[in-house]
Amino acid sequence: MEFPEDLKYSKEHEWVRLEGDTAVIGITDYAQDSLGDVVYVELPAEGDAVTRGETFGVVESVKAVSDLYSPVSGSVVEMNDAVVDGPEAINEDPYTEAWMLKIELDNIEELEELLSADEYQQFIEEEK
Amino acid sequence: MPYIPHTETEIEEMLKSAGADSIEELLTCLPAALRVEGRLKLPEGLTEQALKETLAGLAAKNRGSSEQSVFLGAGAYAHYIPSAVDHIISRSEFFTAYTPYQPELSQGTLQAVFEYQSFVARLTGMDVANASLYDGASAVAEAVLMAGRITKRPGVLVSRALHPEYREVTETYLNATPEDIHEIPYCPDSGTTFVDAIETALGESIGSVVIQNPNFFGSIEELARIATVVHANGSLLIVVVNEPVSLGILKSPGEAGADIVVGENQSFGNALNYGGPYLGFMACREKFLRQMPGRLVGETVDTEGRRAFCLTFATREQHIRRERATSNICTNHGLTALAASVHMALLGPSGLVELAELNLSKAAYLRDKLNEIEGVSVAFNSPVFNEFVLFTDAEPDAVLKALGKRGIVGGLSLSRFYPELHGHLLVTATEVNSKADMDAFAVALSSIVEAEAATAGE
Amino acid sequence: MKKVGTTGLQMNEPVIFERSVKGRKGVSPIEHDVPKANVSELIPARFLRSETVETNGAALPEVSELEVVRHYTRLSQWNFGVDSGFYPLGSCTMKYNPKVNEDIARLDGFTSIHPYLDTDSTQGALQLMYELEEYLAEITGMDGVTLQPSAGAHGELCGLMMIAKCLKARGETRTKVLIPDTAHGTNPASSQLAGFKVVKIASGTDGCITLESIEEAMDSDVAALMLTNPNTLGLFEHDIVEIAKIVHSRGGFVFCDGANMNALMGLVRLGDLGVDVVQLNLHKTFSTPHGGGGPGSGPVGVKAELAPYLPVPRIKKDKEEYTFEYDCPDTIGRLKAFYGNFAIMVRAYSYIRRCGPEGLRRVSEIAILNANYIKERLKATFELPHDDKPCMHEAVFSDATLKEFGVSTMDVAKRLIDYGIHPPTVYFPLVVGGAIMIEPTETESKAELDGFIEAMEAIAAEAKNAPELLHNAPTTTRVSRVDETRAAREPRLVWQP
Repeated sequence: MEFPEDLKYSKEHEWVRLEGDTAVIGITDYAQDSLGDVVYVELPAEGDAVTRGETFGVVESVKAVSDLYSPVSGSVVEMNDAVVDGPEAINEDPYTEAWMLKIELDNIEELEELLSADEYQQFIEEEK
Repeated sequence: MPYIPHTETEIEEMLKSAGADSIEELLTCLPAALRVEGRLKLPEGLTEQALKETLAGLAAKNRGSSEQSVFLGAGAYAHYIPSAVDHIISRSEFFTAYTPYQPELSQGTLQAVFEYQSFVARLTGMDVANASLYDGASAVAEAVLMAGRITKRPGVLVSRALHPEYREVTETYLNATPEDIHEIPYCPDSGTTFVDAIETALGESIGSVVIQNPNFFGSIEELARIATVVHANGSLLIVVVNEPVSLGILKSPGEAGADIVVGENQSFGNALNYGGPYLGFMACREKFLRQMPGRLVGETVDTEGRRAFCLTFATREQHIRRERATSNICTNHGLTALAASVHMALLGPSGLVELAELNLSKAAYLRDKLNEIEGVSVAFNSPVFNEFVLFTDAEPDAVLKALGKRGIVGGLSLSRFYPELHGHLLVTATEVNSKADMDAFAVALSSIVEAEAATAGE
Repeated sequence: MKKVGTTGLQMNEPVIFERSVKGRKGVSPIEHDVPKANVSELIPARFLRSETVETNGAALPEVSELEVVRHYTRLSQWNFGVDSGFYPLGSCTMKYNPKVNEDIARLDGFTSIHPYLDTDSTQGALQLMYELEEYLAEITGMDGVTLQPSAGAHGELCGLMMIAKCLKARGETRTKVLIPDTAHGTNPASSQLAGFKVVKIASGTDGCITLESIEEAMDSDVAALMLTNPNTLGLFEHDIVEIAKIVHSRGGFVFCDGANMNALMGLVRLGDLGVDVVQLNLHKTFSTPHGGGGPGSGPVGVKAELAPYLPVPRIKKDKEEYTFEYDCPDTIGRLKAFYGNFAIMVRAYSYIRRCGPEGLRRVSEIAILNANYIKERLKATFELPHDDKPCMHEAVFSDATLKEFGVSTMDVAKRLIDYGIHPPTVYFPLVVGGAIMIEPTETESKAELDGFIEAMEAIAAEAKNAPELLHNAPTTTRVSRVDETRAAREPRLVWQP
């Protein structure tokens, strides 16, 4: 399982990559592995607001439904249509192709409260 | 004891394995003070033979279609059921199985459901259909809730010409949720829903409009026109079909512009059975699939690449999504759906058209025949399929009672559901009503109305 | 050991549309004895199908009667029912469906009656329904019963709506329903549909609801506690009487999901234990066939306080005459057109009459004996997730002992098929990891149970020595494991040419 060093992670198993002022978010390798084959993803539209710690969408495998919790607060500037059309990307390439939202951050300091790759790995070890 | 195979010796052996001296020892978790004292107050058990005799006695107290000439419809239709239907649904591999959770040993049920979904989708002119719902009435309620989820608008317009019991069920379901129901009147000349009234009542809060076709009075609605009006408001059109044989000749609801089609498929392969079990169906546009309630079967492959079927989109359902499911439905009406499938397959496209034309012909014949009677007239001027509304000057209850004495059930008195339609009868004719029975009905009605008129004139 | 499962004689059979031959017919409708109507004269063209028969959207397959019969006969042979073999699907009560009930339900006096016939013509049907209500009230200890709901979940909705209406009449608004984590998914879904919010109650370490959790959760905003008894772990909620007292003392109702009623008949009555509402599944406890997924029937029994809210119409008896009562001012309304799944009621009524009071009690006793026998004999091989004490009508194991071999509950389930046995309910209840929920029912003999136990033991040995046998199972069925991911990612829900 991979956890790129340059990303930040939440305890709800989302990752964040900062690109300038916008945050790109998706779900982690660990999350996709626990879900199994992802068959459906529901994401908010451009312009919608998301709030840290609150649900912003849903991801489904054949026999499970999981809420997606936003790791940051802000407004959606772009949604990845490709991942909605082809949710298998979440299993195949969770960090690059399967990014979900680009978010204009309300407060960039929020990122500091997220976990580093090492901390996240430790967290999921404990959670097991 | 019936249906229990154990011998006393076996029970003893099993108790020994279970480490108990008696069955009572296994029941210590039950509160001793609240155990049933003695026996339940129920009639003594019967032998199979005595049971059959007892139940035959109860059945004999009913007078069904073989003992009377019945002209009732109103959401429950007597059609001829080909013999093959019951033989197939009596195959115990079908009827003693449960919901096909384990696809490898349920391929029979799964493929049959897949075919049924295909039949319903084609018949209604929609993209997809589900495995079944309970009945036409609950299917309407589910469709309204579904439309609310899709449009995020809480209001619904329901035609007064929708089956009154379907309206009641919808109200019951919606009572618990903030949806608002508004009733749209029917036009007193045509008996069809007043389209202008829909237009007036539509507004931003209206998620869906519910129209039955043919409607409760048998009248054929202006579906395409209604669809245009409804869609202009961004609302969904829910079309209800409770006599699906009509789809042999009528334009499919899908072609007419419906977004969701629900209704009752009892007409195919299922006996009257005093109102149930029947067979709710639901079909919709593919884009609404994820908001659909009920089971869905999809085609896929097995590990060897062979065609296989399984339940799919299960994440919509209660056993996975729990309180966020699209519906609470679990057990549906699989076996009655199988009966409908077999009947439809036996009919085929030409058989369905012939059956529809035959129904149309029978009802047209009876309608003309009854319309000739002095003091009796057809109430609405719209085209109908296999049922229509009659008006008589005579007291309808007295008329029905007098007909009953002659072994004729002449229709449904509408005042029970529509106080404004006192003196109106809903009369239905299908292929099971012979010309001779229809002629006898006309003769009887003529003399009864005449006698009633004479009494009234005294 | 001797396996029952074989590949047998399995025919290939396409989807029925692929058998279609243009111009072929199955059955023809009865001949016209009236003049054939001119369709276009009676109905304006804008209402008619524009397509011809051959191309129309209703295009059904064109097949002969024999082809239809053969088609469905072959499909049936790819299925497994109670008549085929042991079907220990937990919480579904897959007991034998007596044949005599099928004969009785097909009597013309039952099948040919239209729901709008005058009640003069349906006295036998009404008497049957009236008496069935009485029998179910006696069995559950309730004051009133409705037969209207179509299935268990429909009954749950009905019961919850009655509770809501009764609270309203008391001048109260309560918004929450307490539901234990072992509950069937229908319970929270029905609560939501009835307008309530769901509060999950964690079961105690012994698998039962604790008094403490109810003490804590039961506040003035709780309308009802919805429990299942015996619960889905097959355990009797031993504190139910005390729990009901707490709920009642704080103005709430106790709703019991009666899915597991097969364990209680003639032993205890839910009404005597403090339950206010119970919904039953005639297709479980009362032997009516499951039909490949219904139709069922979900009667609801209530205590007197809730009786005014029962769905309309009610059946009433006046001297020896039965009629419908529509004047029920406090009713929740109607949940279904007409009166319920009558043909299912006929079967359940027949079952109760055949068994009688002693037979029904014996049903529950033997159902419990069978489950305990399985539990005792398998507990050395599979892990019991809770304390080892007598269970009721079903036993739940986990897959804990198998994990080290890389084998899951699903593998065991699939391998059982190769042994000719339908898998138990798996991965439910959710509180048990890899749950294997076994409900043998009373109609299975010791020999059948022994065969199952031996199969489970053999599979546990295979898990250790030859796990690939489990991973590759089933091999005796028409298809091997199916690709459910593909079904969801590339939906094909209707046949396409």
